[in-house]
Order: sequence, then C-alpha cells, then structure tokens
Amino acid sequence: MDDCNETLRELDTFLDDELDAPARTTIRAHLEDCPDCLQAFDFQAELKQVIAEKCRREELPPSLLAKIQACFEVGQPNAPSA
Amino acid sequence: MADPATFADQAMAHAPQLYAAALRMTRNQADAEDLVQETYLRAYRGFAGYQEGTNLRAWLFRILTNAYINIYRAKQRRPKESDLADVEDLYLYRRLGGLDAALAGRSAEDTLMEMLTDDEVKRALEDLPENFRLPVLLADVEGFAYKEIAEMMDIPIGTVMSRLHRGRKAMHKSLYEYAHARGLAAAGDPEPGGDPDG
Repeated sequence: MDDCNETLRELDTFLDDELDAPARTTIRAHLEDCPDCLQAFDFQAELKQVIAEKCRREELPPSLLAKIQACFEVGQPNAPSA
Repeated sequence: MADPATFADQAMAHAPQLYAAALRMTRNQADAEDLVQETYLRAYRGFAGYQEGTNLRAWLFRILTNAYINIYRAKQRRPKESDLADVEDLYLYRRLGGLDAALAGRSAEDTLMEMLTDDEVKRALEDLPENFRLPVLLADVEGFAYKEIAEMMDIPIGTVMSRLHRGRKAMHKSLYEYAHARGLAAAGDPEPGGDPDG
C-alpha cells in the first residue's frame, strides 16, 4: 500500500518523462507487480493521448496562412516574389 | 544563422499547431489568428537570435506564449492568478472504473476517444483559469518538458508541476461531467446500436 501511494504520487512525473533513471526503475518494478497501479497509469497515459489528439484537431484558416506568408515576404526586401 | 527562405519554410510548417494552441489560449478564432500572426512577426524580427539546429518548435511556442501573456493578460481586467477547487486524484479513472469490464477487449484509449467529443475536450481545457490552462496545454497537448514550460511562462518548475497537477484534475473532472451529462459515463455503457454515420 505504501508502495502504491508512493507510485501514484509520481504518476504525473513518470508519464511526463521527468523522472531520473533510478526513480523510473523503481516505478516500473512496482507496476510490473501491481495490476491496480498499472491500470491507473495506463488509463492516465491514454487519457493524455486522447486529450492531445483532440485538442490539436483544427483547420488552419487559408486567410491566416496567407497573412503568415506575408509576414515573411514583407520583411524580406530582397526576397524574390513567388 | 539560417537562410531566411529555409527558416520561413521551416517556421511555416508549425503554423497548424501554433494556431490550435492559440485557439486554446485565446478561446476565439479572431484573437487566435491575430496571436499567430503576431507570433510570426515576432519570429521574423527575432530570427537573427534563432540558432539553427536548436529546437525551432520550442522557440516558436515560447514566442507564442510570451505574446499571449503580454497582449491578452494585459487586456484582462480580472486578476491574472485564479484559484481552482481541489479535486481528488484519479477522479475520472475512479468514476470510469467499470468501463474496462463493460467494454471488454477494447482499450481505454479507443473508449475515451469515442466517449469524449472533440468539443468537450477543448472546452474542458479552455475552461481552466489561464494560469492552469497554459501549463496543461503546453505539457499535455504540446508535450513540452517542465523546464521548457517554466522558461516559456517565466515561473519556477515547482509551480509548473503544482499547476499541472491541479489543472489536470480539474480538467478531468469537467470531462467526466460533460460525458455524464450526455448519459455516457453513468454506467460505462457501450455505444448504443446504430452507425452514427449511417
């Protein structure tokens, strides 16, 4: 139980890849032996992926693309026009 | 220094991601477009300071985050630091505990992908107060390291970590509430019959 609490306390840092190697090894060893913690870690990892994927789904407006291109062209007096 | 044309091409490739992040920051399309345009103007002006071979994406996101904080935080009348109610750990996981059994053979990822709509996930993130929203956006959507986020936001790493922890929990609670309101998360029901595209 103590191991579970300590493991869950590092859930964020583990999934964010912010732990040093020895700490990662300790967490991995616990996860191999503890299906409950492993399930929680898996769920959080997959939730993170789903959030990232869904929040990235946007279409770049073509008008914005043109404006961005203009930022570069206006700033470059010697650039050949396309 | 990089060749300007190459730099422009490489920088342009990040426009869709910068725009999606700008939408989550500003929460509306007009401001997001202005913010991305401002980011590219600043990037062009600061181009001499960019060292080729270093992380262009991180450099652009740093400019985006700075521009957002300078322009939009100044516009806001409400205090910039907002607090969040505390939420228990593993909030969503605990409530969807029966899901794996109900949907045997399917991964949590597939299930969550269907259960949560794109709009709900975006809204749950956008509803976070700004000081929690930026770390969650930069870590969970953009995958930046704590140190990079601390530099982009000019706050200590410990503050990044605590805001991430609390911001995530609040966001996950919103996700549960949205799904629950649609009757989807109540009993971990599988998809109702019928093809939504059919």
